[in-house]
Amino acid sequence: MSLLEWLPWVRERRTRELADELRAHLEMAEADRIARGESPSDAAANARREFGNVGLVQEIARDRWAGMSMERLVQDVRVALRMLRRAPGFATVAVLTIALGIGATAAIFSVVEATLLHPLPYPHAEQLVRIEDDLLGVGAQDVGMSTPEWQDLQHSGVFEYVSPTWFDDNNLTGLSRPQRVGLLIVAPNYFALLGVKPQLGATFDPADPTPGFNEQIVISDGVWRRAFGSDPKILGRVVQLDSDSYRVIGVMPPGFQAPGRTKEERSTEVWPAFGWAGAPLTTYQLRSQHFPGAIARIKSGLTIVEAQRRIDVLVASLRRQYPADYPPRNDWTIRLVPLKENVIGDVRQSLLFLLGAVGLVLLIGCVNVANLLLTRASARGREMAVRQALGGAPSRLTRQLLTESVVLSMLGGIAGVAILFVAKGYLVRLVPASLPRLNEITISWSVLLVAFGISLFAGALFGLAPTLHVRRLDITRVLKQEGRGSTGSGEQARTRRLLVVAEFALSLVLMIAATLLLRSFWELMNAPLGFDPQRVMMVRTRLPYPNDPKEDLYATANDEAPFVREVLRRVRTLAGVQDAALGSSSSVPLNHPEQDQNVLRVVFEGRAGDEPSFVNGPVVVPEYFRLLGIPLLRGRLLADVDDERSPLVAVINETMARTYWPNENPLGKRLKLSPRAPSWTTVVGVVADARTEARDRAGVPVVYASLYQRSAKHLAIFLRGRFTPATITRQVREQVQSVNSALPVFGEATLDETVSASLAVRRFSMELIALFALTALLLASLGIYGVISYMVSERTHEIGVRLALGAQRTDVMRMVLSQGLRLALAGAGVGLGGALVVSHMMSSLLYGVSPTDPLTFGVVAATLTAVAIAACYIPARRAIRVDPIVALRY
Amino acid sequence: MPRKDPPTSRIELLQGTLDFIILQTLRWGPCHGYGIVQLIRAQSRETLQVETGSLYPALQRLVRQGAIAAEWGVSDSDRRVRTYRLTPKGRTRLAAERSKWEQLSDAIAGLMQPPGVAET
Repeated sequence: MSLLEWLPWVRERRTRELADELRAHLEMAEADRIARGESPSDAAANARREFGNVGLVQEIARDRWAGMSMERLVQDVRVALRMLRRAPGFATVAVLTIALGIGATAAIFSVVEATLLHPLPYPHAEQLVRIEDDLLGVGAQDVGMSTPEWQDLQHSGVFEYVSPTWFDDNNLTGLSRPQRVGLLIVAPNYFALLGVKPQLGATFDPADPTPGFNEQIVISDGVWRRAFGSDPKILGRVVQLDSDSYRVIGVMPPGFQAPGRTKEERSTEVWPAFGWAGAPLTTYQLRSQHFPGAIARIKSGLTIVEAQRRIDVLVASLRRQYPADYPPRNDWTIRLVPLKENVIGDVRQSLLFLLGAVGLVLLIGCVNVANLLLTRASARGREMAVRQALGGAPSRLTRQLLTESVVLSMLGGIAGVAILFVAKGYLVRLVPASLPRLNEITISWSVLLVAFGISLFAGALFGLAPTLHVRRLDITRVLKQEGRGSTGSGEQARTRRLLVVAEFALSLVLMIAATLLLRSFWELMNAPLGFDPQRVMMVRTRLPYPNDPKEDLYATANDEAPFVREVLRRVRTLAGVQDAALGSSSSVPLNHPEQDQNVLRVVFEGRAGDEPSFVNGPVVVPEYFRLLGIPLLRGRLLADVDDERSPLVAVINETMARTYWPNENPLGKRLKLSPRAPSWTTVVGVVADARTEARDRAGVPVVYASLYQRSAKHLAIFLRGRFTPATITRQVREQVQSVNSALPVFGEATLDETVSASLAVRRFSMELIALFALTALLLASLGIYGVISYMVSERTHEIGVRLALGAQRTDVMRMVLSQGLRLALAGAGVGLGGALVVSHMMSSLLYGVSPTDPLTFGVVAATLTAVAIAACYIPARRAIRVDPIVALRY
Repeated sequence: MPRKDPPTSRIELLQGTLDFIILQTLRWGPCHGYGIVQLIRAQSRETLQVETGSLYPALQRLVRQGAIAAEWGVSDSDRRVRTYRLTPKGRTRLAAERSKWEQLSDAIAGLMQPPGVAET
């Protein structure tokens, strides 16, 4: 039978041909009869009678090739549904198991699809890249780009457009209340580069030659609604950003997001255009002066690989041309990273891991249903034998069984997707907000298609086991076994045991993965933070950064110091506040955008020719250490007397001391906090390490400078005490704005929240994996329970005989339990091997626990075995309660 | 109207025999369905009557198994008919089944002989 016979027109032609053939047959019979002397009417009637029922003949003949027809399928499905209705318990369990597996798989897939699979929502997004400059020689990545380099790239012929991007936040004033907005400084070609149109007005002229800011801005739909009340006459309106005036020329459509790596950058609200050559950044004409980086659109027809090759050539020639700017030992290179990869960042691994885990759960579910079906198949052995004896072809019965299992899994799939639709809102809330492209998660057609495909596949998968059984059915034997409905052959029992072993192995893999993640999470939770987050709250503000330095009220630390002291004095008096401090944004623990602009390029005294080292440099007031509980180890802390009139001082942390002055006393050593700083900064103290940079990195070098000596525009106000967050935020806003009414106050958060949010993605994947692992455990124990109780019911007679012959009940109990134990141990053995492979693959997700942690492996395997024994205990008890008299009589 | 051939003179075909008989009939050359019925009847001296309801499914089955091939042609009486012919595969199968049948009919013939009567 060929596949062609599925096609309706092929079948139609065949039917027509058969009708022709039969008609010719009749005509010939009739003609023969007439030739033999019958009257034409008699001949016709006799021939027809002799022929029999034409319709019936056709039907029988057609039956030969109609096996795959639509009618047959409908019939099979109807029979399958009837079968399931007759076994509601079995149907419910099976459908729910599959619904769980498919629903969960579809849920995770919808997240994977939105984040990893979909192209970014810009035309020809595959041509978009982010340009990252690396200094491989000194191990520095993504160090940023200079204006001359930007111009080189624009003229390289590789790119359609290249636009630097610099994320910052800004104060939007001239409204009823100063607002803090996310701001992305871009080149005028930015929107042309992305290929997006505004919903209102226009975007920048990509060829705008203005060297500085062209004083035009494009705003997001969000800020248009929030700050301007969706004013339809917004175009042309002049607003103040950091006291500079800009004219609104366009509003982006709702849903438009800047392709950024951090959540903040993705929620950019205002885009000013900047020529990257004028005020206030005039010094940026140097090749050594870097801004954060750029995105670019590769010319159409060019692949990223080809573009990278051509850029490598360009870089090599630039290095020859400017040897002073690009010393060979720095090994300056430019890397083109697909923009999507840049946006997704490091969640790819977590997501794929989750998808793998949920796939395992689905697989375990399938194995479980296969086991159920197998049990049922042996219960239906007699039915199958009778049907075969009556002429049902094995292929026909196989098809019927497969249809049954596919119908089952389709029902499961529908239920799973239905659950997904109902639970969607709740599920999305479960996803951490920092996940990129969160707003793009939908239950799309492709998610439904995948769910459908999985259902089909799963149905075929777990339907296979019982069909193999049908093919090997020994009809005579089964029909002879009168009365006993079951046909459990040795081979079938083996298949079932094999399935349970597989189930256990898979569950063990999942459980070990989950336990390792749980332990990592536990280790991280309990790793000493090095600071005390309790009862600490942060509120942010930001000092303006006018384009004309002469207008800057807070240009130097000296200008800023009075403001800092005044704010500090005022917030300290607020009710409930015990202690207060101020610091730059990088002094806020665990709250760092990845493109940290506060990384210092430090130069050490007496190490001439050394390249600058990259060190984190928060700027804080002296109270900061006391407020966060970071202890002093050597020397002294910063003091109020360290101001712009006194020599520059800094406090470093232990790791910084160990890294840069090993076996030396760092106190009194001098360094510069940027390569061109006019004067040296002296190290006056060493404090203990605190995990303020990243939760999972213990030793990160940090140098703390004084806010009275070094200005910072992004400020965090730290408060320790007992107060309600909402009230205190309002009070702080009043106090800050009574010092300077143009300053926004925003970003209030307790340090406890920040600390727990720093583990959000980890918590999310750990919780999901734990959930999956528990599901797997449940399914596996149901599986072993099913197999053992089936075994007990099969052997009731035998057990009765044993008991009658004097076997002790404990012996029977031991026999049943050891059967279960053997399966569990075999599963655990296979699973341990698999878990070793998986745990090594996930080693980058682990913290403080080895991928081969013997304790985890041992405890999980033991737990799983214990659960297996518990699951076997119920049928074992049933076995010892067998009454020999009853068992032997019936 | 009385039947031409009384039912008693007909033998129910054993399952599996029909395929063999069709193949055997087609050994003499390609033939259409009606012709096959007539030939079987004539050659079995009116003993074997093939039902059309069995014949056509059997033909379909044999075509699918590749033992015979079908093609449309024109009959002696200028009718468009589908004729069937043996394929090499069918020929091989026929040979195998023939020897099986010969053994069987020999065996049955032996059983029919009264015991003790020697074969001549």
